[in-house]
Amino acid sequence: MDAGTLTKVGDWCWRIEPAGEMHVPAIIYADEALIWEMDDKVFEQITNVARLPGIVGAAYAMPDAHWGYGFPIGGVAAFDADREGVVSVGGVGFDISCGVRLLTTNLTRADIERRQRELADALFERIPAGLGSTGTVVLAGADMDAMLEGGAAWAVAQGWGEALDLERIEEGGRMAGARSDLVSEAAKRRQRKETGTLGSGNHYLEVQFVDRVFDEARAAAYGLERRQAVVSIHCGSRGLGHQIGTDFLRAMALEAPRTGFRPPDRELASTPLRSELGEAYLGAMKAGINCALANRQILTDLTRQVFAELFAGSELKVLFDVSHNTCKEERHRIDGTEHTVFVHRKGATRAFGPAHPELPPELRPHGQPVLVGGSMGVGSYVLAGMESSEAASLSSACHGAGRAMSRHAALQVYSGRQVQDDLAARGILVKSPSTRAIAEEAPGAYKDLHRIAEVSEHAGLAARVAHLAPLVCIKG
Amino acid sequence: MSSEFAPSKHRQPSQRRVISDGSSSRTFATAPQSILHQSACGAASDVTGVAFGGRAWETFAHGADVGVRGRGANIAEAFANAAVALTSAITDPAAVRQEREVSLACQAPDAELLLYDFLNAVVTAMAVEDLIFGRYDVRIEGDRLTAYAFGEPVDAPRHAPAVEVKGATLTELKVACEDGRWIAQCVVDV
Repeated sequence: MDAGTLTKVGDWCWRIEPAGEMHVPAIIYADEALIWEMDDKVFEQITNVARLPGIVGAAYAMPDAHWGYGFPIGGVAAFDADREGVVSVGGVGFDISCGVRLLTTNLTRADIERRQRELADALFERIPAGLGSTGTVVLAGADMDAMLEGGAAWAVAQGWGEALDLERIEEGGRMAGARSDLVSEAAKRRQRKETGTLGSGNHYLEVQFVDRVFDEARAAAYGLERRQAVVSIHCGSRGLGHQIGTDFLRAMALEAPRTGFRPPDRELASTPLRSELGEAYLGAMKAGINCALANRQILTDLTRQVFAELFAGSELKVLFDVSHNTCKEERHRIDGTEHTVFVHRKGATRAFGPAHPELPPELRPHGQPVLVGGSMGVGSYVLAGMESSEAASLSSACHGAGRAMSRHAALQVYSGRQVQDDLAARGILVKSPSTRAIAEEAPGAYKDLHRIAEVSEHAGLAARVAHLAPLVCIKG
Repeated sequence: MSSEFAPSKHRQPSQRRVISDGSSSRTFATAPQSILHQSACGAASDVTGVAFGGRAWETFAHGADVGVRGRGANIAEAFANAAVALTSAITDPAAVRQEREVSLACQAPDAELLLYDFLNAVVTAMAVEDLIFGRYDVRIEGDRLTAYAFGEPVDAPRHAPAVEVKGATLTELKVACEDGRWIAQCVVDV
């Protein structure tokens, strides 16, 4: 991106003043290096978002922002229904409620390394991953509807996990207001055998260890300590979520000429929050959120089974579960007054600061855990929502590293087998049904996660708590 | 949802009229009238699409996802080749055996949304039937598309699928006549 077109506001923030049809400014969090790395589409897309009806505050781009669908990935925007605000499929993303769950263990890095190969093989065998893989859970009819309305709470009631797990999941593990009756039959047929599967692309299940702690007090409160083994699960609402997005994007694109608002980008098609289509999308999207929560809950249970077989007495607890593709109704202080708004986070993580009432009591003094995924060579970060998060970005932070090169380009540069061998030499075992998938997901295809985490902290979005380094990576 | 597909039948492709080969799909088609009336491309229906150094399809770069592009002498041929490009994002289309066929149908008010619907119908059929397709025959009449997709069940060790295509998008969506040939493209989410 050409930094010359932006106004620099401090070392970590850039601003595009409202011009033309923009209702609000666009604010981009990045240092100079990250700004230069961002493609021009981020600038174009976040400016387009600022033109949507009913937007309040600003249109925000996180430090990992890159070219998305209508919204940039890493885009955040809030809309006020009382000001004819809209809901946008592109502002949520196709993989509704894609997110990250982090499990702590009572094991150490050394424990894992003693049985690393066996663990990798067992997880690869038991965690359904990649195209054509199906789970052991087959749902249809009333059972499908129960899953879509119950989320992780439904999964726990079926025996996949423990009630305690739900306390560490956004929305208590169940998104209220889900409307399974508004989810198409095509979406439900796609999901029939996909519940409890990892998927493909950038989704993964990783066994990691805590290799660096930045904030001892918060790490202790989160239950993290150096050399401790943990498990990260990154996946979403599988085919069902995508089908909901596909169905409603089409409907919104067709309706656009009738609403009087011509979106600057067809992919940015949106509809008033207070409209039949808007309310239908919100109901179906909430069902998609529950699908993702149930999915990560079942994968958690499968992971626990594998660990129990290899490590007698192992305990895997849910540290937290975050979604980074959502639209949620929240209260925020914007321009000095309280508003109830619908916050779209597309490739951005909610980051409630300390004392937020929606946090579990034991986490409340420390801020919400913000789980940031990276590449299979770099691992992940645990950040924490800060007091400044709300004013900075409607309590939002980054969600990952963001790609530095396309899949196309990565295939020209990397050999999957070589990447696998190089990582093995560093003590990281990667298992995938496809070496091409490994090449496309090569660590070098991603931006510098450490830099993004650091900028997130300096910008007041979320503070670094710990870095997690990979030991085993299961890719779809 | 404006698209539908019928479950696959164990019928050999050779048992029906199929005019195609593994690298480019010949089709018989008439394009939506709204487009044909504005274009010099016309509706030539008996030309094999060969482009990109012998291939009528390709993928192109898009951030985290993949763009798919097909070309053809007519709009239906371009659609069929765009679907082959979609398969190529997953595995080598030439390595997919044509043992099963699935019929697809969709309807849309313009050619671009018709492509969006068609590719999404392909994605849904793959997901629901656990199949992967190597070849497509497409027919377009007015605002309606019917198609057959030929493929086989996913065999992970043999196909080594790189990604799962989860949906076609409106990004880079284009159906147009360029240099006398039809082009059909969009980004697919993986």
